Amino acid sequence: MKTLFTLILTLLIISQVKSQDKFLTKTGFVSFFSHSLVEDIKAENNQGLSIIDTKTGEIIIQLLMRSFMFKKALMQEHFNENYIESSTYPKAIFKGRILNYDQLVNEDLVAEIEGVLFVHGKEKEIKITGEMKRDSDELILSGDFMVEVADFDIKIPTIVVNNIAKIVKVSFEFHHTPYK
Amino acid sequence: MKKIIITIFIVGFNITGFAQDLELILAQETVNETTIVSATFKGTRLLNGHSVETRKKETFEFLISHRFGRINSGAYNLFGLDQSNIRFGFEYALSDNLTVAFGRSSFEKTYDSYLKYRLLQQKKGEKPFPFSITFFGSATEKTLKDYSPDKKPTFTNRLTYTSQLLIAKKMNSNLSFQFSPTYIHFNTVRKIEDSNDVFALGFGGRMKISNRVSINGEYYYSLNPFKSINAQNSLGLGIDIETGGHVFQLIFTNSRSMIEKGFIAETTGNFFKGDIHFGFNVSRAF
Repeated sequence: MKTLFTLILTLLIISQVKSQDKFLTKTGFVSFFSHSLVEDIKAENNQGLSIIDTKTGEIIIQLLMRSFMFKKALMQEHFNENYIESSTYPKAIFKGRILNYDQLVNEDLVAEIEGVLFVHGKEKEIKITGEMKRDSDELILSGDFMVEVADFDIKIPTIVVNNIAKIVKVSFEFHHTPYK
Repeated sequence: MKKIIITIFIVGFNITGFAQDLELILAQETVNETTIVSATFKGTRLLNGHSVETRKKETFEFLISHRFGRINSGAYNLFGLDQSNIRFGFEYALSDNLTVAFGRSSFEKTYDSYLKYRLLQQKKGEKPFPFSITFFGSATEKTLKDYSPDKKPTFTNRLTYTSQLLIAKKMNSNLSFQFSPTYIHFNTVRKIEDSNDVFALGFGGRMKISNRVSINGEYYYSLNPFKSINAQNSLGLGIDIETGGHVFQLIFTNSRSMIEKGFIAETTGNFFKGDIHFGFNVSRAF
């Protein structure tokens, strides 16, 4: 009886210190790139919030749409006002799981990530192959994937249909540090 | 036994709480940043008058504006389309907050130059600020030779200065309002009963009807209008259409001039008697 009680108590303590297994960054890098014959559009966001639980492999990434910086101010305004409608849909969120997170020891890992991407009030299941690295204290996750603009109900008027790619490349790099 | 059940319950709760934990941490770490409320209006003009908007650093904007004759001038004049005033304008943003510009109107062959400076911007978040405030200052020179040869006015005689404080609030993504107290100084007036200093209050707003189209309205109430010309308050109604780097504005107004001193202080048409000018502004930002 007593041993069972101690065991459970130990379990409880272990579960309390599990926060060591969480890794966080608030300065994650995310960019997207749209290539078309008329023009290339690129935007960068350096304020990505990402959190990983290495115990379960769960990952949540959150981005503020307004933090995407464009070269041309007018592009940025149109992105926020006309396309992504960031006053109505301020955030992009990815909720997923790193399927093979348990293989991460010290060497690099080709991470298989599955989850749901929420953008512009729509959600879509996506699969991402990323690269995961442990560098002293840091847990680095990087990679890229393609998204179809039409999947997220983002309307492109016919007049600029040649300016914006139908499939946009998203690149990311997160340097997580242990969360305390 | 009871203790064990409670402990198991707590442990179980802790383990199932994993997913919620991440979201909780995420919510805690989300900073409530102060963000600037941008795009109060689509263009740098509400209709006739300026909006609080300035272009971003190193943007060059070219504007072409037209005001046709009065619609009630009849079919003979094709409802005013036979007569046309044009203004060309060039604007350059020295910084995100400061724009300098130069323009020339065919009406009274007037040159104008102005600067716009953003004093404050509407903000939301941790440290909100309710309004955007922009200062507008211009000087205009009329060059039309409408004087008798022996009474040639000097350059200074024909100068007029306008100062405006443009105060705007974006209520939500569709609705914005602007209040524009205005002071205009004429170096020369027509008659002795006219004051050299004209004060006016501008009111305006826009309502978006789609992401790229909005309906705008603008009214300038003059506190001491020119008596000699029976000056009227300026009213404008219009539609903004935005496509890429262009903003098109279609305008119905009782004012013929496209510069502040002209439409605020020297409007003679009565909107409600049909003295309406159709016109448009086209701007292209580079």
